[in-house]
Amino acid sequence: MAQVVAIIASTHHPFYYRASTATGEDRPAFADEWVRKITAFRETLTRARPDVLVMVGSDHFHQLWLDNMPQFLVGKAPFYDANFYNEEREFGLPRMLLKGHEDLSSYVLREGIDAGFDLAFSNEMRIDHSITCPIITLRPQNDLPIVPIYTNIFAPPLPRPKRFVELGRTIRQLIESWPADQRVAVIGTGHLSLELGGPRQFGPHGPDPEFDQRAVEWISSGDIEGCLSEVTLDSLHSPGNATHGFMDFMLMMGVAGEGHKADYVDTYDLFHTMEAYFTWYPDGGAR
Amino acid sequence: MSKYLVNKFLYTVDRDPDLVERYREDPRGTVEWWEDQEAGRILNCHNGEASTWLRFEDAERAALAGHDYPALFELGAHPFLTLTLFIAMFERDYDEPLGFQKEYARRLSHFSLPYPDYAT
Repeated sequence: MAQVVAIIASTHHPFYYRASTATGEDRPAFADEWVRKITAFRETLTRARPDVLVMVGSDHFHQLWLDNMPQFLVGKAPFYDANFYNEEREFGLPRMLLKGHEDLSSYVLREGIDAGFDLAFSNEMRIDHSITCPIITLRPQNDLPIVPIYTNIFAPPLPRPKRFVELGRTIRQLIESWPADQRVAVIGTGHLSLELGGPRQFGPHGPDPEFDQRAVEWISSGDIEGCLSEVTLDSLHSPGNATHGFMDFMLMMGVAGEGHKADYVDTYDLFHTMEAYFTWYPDGGAR
Repeated sequence: MSKYLVNKFLYTVDRDPDLVERYREDPRGTVEWWEDQEAGRILNCHNGEASTWLRFEDAERAALAGHDYPALFELGAHPFLTLTLFIAMFERDYDEPLGFQKEYARRLSHFSLPYPDYAT
């Protein structure tokens, strides 16, 4: 049976690539500390020696559109082209090619549908920065096959927070029942408080530092029930109009399990949002 | 309301470098051409199957033709789509990093929660 060797949740800040590669006058003051934090975070995945990455993210109206919007979608392709023209334009992200793991995609689709999730699938996906950013930060050599899982945190009506947690629990069960001798890391990215296209955007901090503090506590302590008791689709408008991406963090809490404290927690308070990095080792430590 | 069509305009223009420039330089002409020629095109479908019924409302057409992003916010356009496209067109006009993004926030500062609904 496959083994979940690491569960990783983080923000996916598209400016990291440009900030970390900038030199001279173009290099922002916060870049060196950001790189230091990412390098330490990266080691938490390296230690786990994964064979395959299950990657949870959200399309930002790059490939998925309102004419045919899935709630949860699993990629099933041998390769994935990645990053779009408008991400190259706005963030300086490079074009990438990621290898897919079709066997695990097939297993997640078949078993996930039977477990009660009407998963959409795609045989030709172009991946965007919700998945390429964690590759850039956590696995820049881009040498492992992936199973991309996209969630809709963007186009109402959205699934409710509990559904994200339930999908996370199911993903964990599916991987652990996959009859393959493979070491699997599950990586998911979301947001803490965030506002885009609204009056509270691009301030010196995230739009709601108090929410960020509570969110980091929920995640780091594995307090799923406490989180679910306070977070609703309606409440998520208050910390910022793009904060529904927090539900992907809740999905990762579902993967990690109720009451499971994260083995690694770090944050970085940048302009307009707080970065957050979490790693769980299900067996108590990477071996 | 035809929020879907407003979003479709923002989405399809943002994906095309030539259209981004055309919309920056000639917003009214681009909106008129797009509504006449492109609005009904079903993405991922060949042209023979185009929709026949999609139209902007007057306020939406005027907001798009005027590059009026506060009005688009008020009308319920998806904030991410509006921001992304308008950054592409106008960030270059500001000397300070994030200058346009902050100006954008300032021009929307009269809005408070709950924001206009952007569900389509």
